[in-house]
Amino acid sequence: MKVLVPVKRVIDYNVKVRVKADGSGVDLANVKMSMNPFDEISVEQAIRLKEAGQVDEVVVVSIGVKQSQETLRTALAMGADRAILVVAADDVHNDIEPLAVAKILKAIVDEEQPGLVLCGKQAIDNDMNATGQMLAALMGWSQATFASDLEIVGDKAKVTREVDGGLQTIEVSLPTVVTVDLRLNEPRYASLPNIMKAKKKPLDEKTPADYGVDVANRLEIVKTAEPEARKAGIMVESVDELVSKLKEAGAV
Amino acid sequence: MAVLLLAEVTDGELAFDATAKAVTAAKQLGDVTALCCGASAAAAGEACAKIDGVAKVLVAEDPALGHRLAEPTAALIVSLAGDYEHIVAPATTDAKNVLPRVAALLDVMVISDASGVVDGDTFERPVYAGNAIQTVRSKDAKKVVSFRTSTFDAAGTGGSAAVETISAAENPALSEWIEDKVAESDRPELTSAGVVVSGGRGVGSEEDFALIEKLADKLGAAVGASRAAVDSGYAPNDWQVGQTGKVVAPGLYVAVGISGAIQHLAGMKDSKIIVAINKDEEAPIFQVADFGLVADLFTAVPELVEKL
Repeated sequence: MKVLVPVKRVIDYNVKVRVKADGSGVDLANVKMSMNPFDEISVEQAIRLKEAGQVDEVVVVSIGVKQSQETLRTALAMGADRAILVVAADDVHNDIEPLAVAKILKAIVDEEQPGLVLCGKQAIDNDMNATGQMLAALMGWSQATFASDLEIVGDKAKVTREVDGGLQTIEVSLPTVVTVDLRLNEPRYASLPNIMKAKKKPLDEKTPADYGVDVANRLEIVKTAEPEARKAGIMVESVDELVSKLKEAGAV
Repeated sequence: MAVLLLAEVTDGELAFDATAKAVTAAKQLGDVTALCCGASAAAAGEACAKIDGVAKVLVAEDPALGHRLAEPTAALIVSLAGDYEHIVAPATTDAKNVLPRVAALLDVMVISDASGVVDGDTFERPVYAGNAIQTVRSKDAKKVVSFRTSTFDAAGTGGSAAVETISAAENPALSEWIEDKVAESDRPELTSAGVVVSGGRGVGSEEDFALIEKLADKLGAAVGASRAAVDSGYAPNDWQVGQTGKVVAPGLYVAVGISGAIQHLAGMKDSKIIVAINKDEEAPIFQVADFGLVADLFTAVPELVEKL
């Protein structure tokens, strides 16, 4: 079985996000970019399935600016076999929407015929939490979102999902789309020899036109603003003072 | 202009708070028809009919809809979609599972986690873990939107909408429910609690989390945790408050031993009153706290339990 893993290049988890003064978006120029943390978990899971002998090939895909190539190389260094880069934007500020991404992924899935697509549950930039579900819909496949445990048994996948009330376990028919949550695994770091080896692994470059997909956004971004700041509070000196302040405020 | 709202129904019961908050958001868009579906949903439908602002309730009962599996639920919504310009739901994990699937089947974008309604096409939503608020205008004919419940007040009761029974759509039969592991607790539910007490990495161990629980019980509060505390194994994952966990906005939020990482703040900064107890006076949590106390939590929390 082949596994397809879409990965997104996003602002690094540790970088402080700055909203541009003109309200046009978040400043991404000269900012450290990395693989979306949820996608690292899906790459790791795919590699573990391969190491367990349940998967023959791990193909990673990234859709975005040309520099997403670096993100794909990271996935290859972790252990993915081959990569597909779909150059869909010239400017890093142009975020391709989940619907367009899902359509491109559908075309790639039709070509590659994976038994499983492993996605991160959301990207930490647009926080949409949609691509995996949308791809499953377009394929007419089952979906298992927010996975904290995944087991492949024959032609089915048994998935434990993190839901509001606790955990839900479902069984889905393969082929399927699984979106992964934080506690599924801890992604490995790529070793230096593997980083060197990754440079020689195959990486195909494509465009949305190759797949006949229009990537025009359906949502126009009217403005991007800083969230409202909370007004400064006060420091109390003791538990007694805290209790009396809370009583004054009617909070207890 | 008509709105179809997917009510939150769990095991036949209406999650009133989440649904009523989404109704507040949805009624700004037009007449709200609420859809209650499940293996049993009639009682939820009756409860939903009483929410102010609900004009009509549709009840679909079918074993296939029993555990809110995405495929049959999305198929049902899509079969009804023709009559509605907006398809909305509270942004619960169930709705986040189902709505993007619905949107793709309708060939429209989904608007996830909307925190504000500007007009019928235009919504505000947090991005970058709440570090920015984006206003987006949809060019799609149909809008599929989930609402972040913490930013809307719950609609009241007193309505008496008509209830109509409908049949489920054909089940694509792609998935099967196996089991739910629901966290048993006598405490209020985290996302709708009036008071939340959360512990962070500073609590130091699973055993010492009992301190947090004691304070929570004293205040009749739900218990929360930071991602650091969950990742360290001090607290179960369904207690996690933050961008990747639950978003809460109680009347009182007490953060104990939590430094205040951006992703945690995104999950609680809409709380009305925030109290922070931390021994590090530089902790970013103090920048959002109404009342900050620099103290060792192991002495301050027991003292607080005693004096409250």
